[in-house]
Amino acid sequence: MIVKKQKGWKEIPKGGLILEAGNAEQYETGSWRSKRPVRDENKCTHCLICWVYCPDSSIIVEEGKVKGIDYQHCKGCGICAAECPPKAITMKEEKEFQEKEGAKK
Amino acid sequence: MSITTVAVTGNEVAAYAMKQINPDVVAAYPITPQTDVVEKFSEYVADGLVNTEFITVESEHSAMSACVGAAAAGGRVMTATSANGLALMFEILYIAASSKLPIIMTVVNRALSGPINIHCDHSDTMAARDAGWIQIYSENAQEAYDNIIQAVRIAENMKVRLPVMVMYDGFIISHGIDRVDVLDDTTVHDFVGKYQPNYPLLDVENPLTFGPLDLYDYYFEHKRQQVEDINNSKPVILEIAKEFREISGREYDLFETYQLEDAETAIVVLSSAAGTSKAVVDQLRQEGKKVGLLKPRVFRPFPYLEIAQALSHLKAIAILDRSISFGGFGGPLFTEIRSGMMEFGKTPENINIIFGLGGRDINEQDIAGIYKQLEEIAKSGKVKERIQYVGVRE
Repeated sequence: MIVKKQKGWKEIPKGGLILEAGNAEQYETGSWRSKRPVRDENKCTHCLICWVYCPDSSIIVEEGKVKGIDYQHCKGCGICAAECPPKAITMKEEKEFQEKEGAKK
Repeated sequence: MSITTVAVTGNEVAAYAMKQINPDVVAAYPITPQTDVVEKFSEYVADGLVNTEFITVESEHSAMSACVGAAAAGGRVMTATSANGLALMFEILYIAASSKLPIIMTVVNRALSGPINIHCDHSDTMAARDAGWIQIYSENAQEAYDNIIQAVRIAENMKVRLPVMVMYDGFIISHGIDRVDVLDDTTVHDFVGKYQPNYPLLDVENPLTFGPLDLYDYYFEHKRQQVEDINNSKPVILEIAKEFREISGREYDLFETYQLEDAETAIVVLSSAAGTSKAVVDQLRQEGKKVGLLKPRVFRPFPYLEIAQALSHLKAIAILDRSISFGGFGGPLFTEIRSGMMEFGKTPENINIIFGLGGRDINEQDIAGIYKQLEEIAKSGKVKERIQYVGVRE
């Protein structure tokens, strides 16, 4: 686990203000996830229903086609998997991926 | 620069100060005894004498919420309330202070229900003393007028940027007609100056977020900042008082002393009861008694060391509280001052007098009785009863 050095009270904007726009992107809500959506490229028809339903804008679409899932921000709510007409998305235990990714490091 | 003497109620002159300040936004809800502050101010709005956007709301919770919104947008914002109205604002008081929004609010002190009561005590603003607002108590209509005008500069000072409450006693001051010297409009206009908001939401070129979620990782740091800013306000309040003296000839400090220098005993009391006490001090001085008075003006930030020092030479002190901290060791003023004296290292004998709850009168005989008791304590060095209730029937 990486511990970020947090700023002291003299270094942060007063009043809890956030002074730059669009900063929600920096908040990596992907760390909240306990289950990860995994898309089967072969089953996906690129109907974009997952893109419509995703509450965190975490379905990456390029030129009208699903390119992948933004795991930095996907909270693992599972709505995409539930709504996907051809059942191309399945929810898998996040722990398994973390163990694999941890082993690589 | 000209000064005019007028005969007005405390509420009328508070509204008059607001008119001269001419804020961008006033959002308020009427409550006794504050009502005619906003009633009178709404007349100024209707008559086109101010440029203020006057927002009528359905409750004080909404009034303070609208003030927070307007102040975040970048406006100079004022409101007024009393007692239960202040209680209904409670949640938003903390948000105004922690968001560093320099809202100026007149609070006409009134007892908090229940049982329901519309008359003066300080239970309303004492309950709000930890909300992060600067709190300034006024003895009479003149002080109310002067404090409201100074409050604008204090709240908006770049080293402070915090909301300020200005208090005066319900009915006693709010509805009593008093002689007040008012400044001319141009002098007040120039004194308050133009407000420069730090981060106005209406500045669409520089978008930002007000009031985001702030959990265990940063909330504590933001509270620490608030401590610093309210403590920084002390020298600022004194600087602004000095400037105000130049336009008005009237002196203000963090607290006022009256015949205190050579006194042996003294009363410490806030607001209108200090006026009554001064009359008693004058009588007793004629009899050769060495009595004095200390009247705190700024309660938040509390000048604990300055007050402890000013009281250090006395033999006995009575600290008068017009509110109760149920189950606590005395009233709020008493605990603050005793704690300050301990830090200063000199603690004259002291008693706490709870008085005047729900508008119960305190008269000159009551106060003379307190000075008499102090004289006995000074002689014997003994306190029979530390916390006392004056004016309550047994």
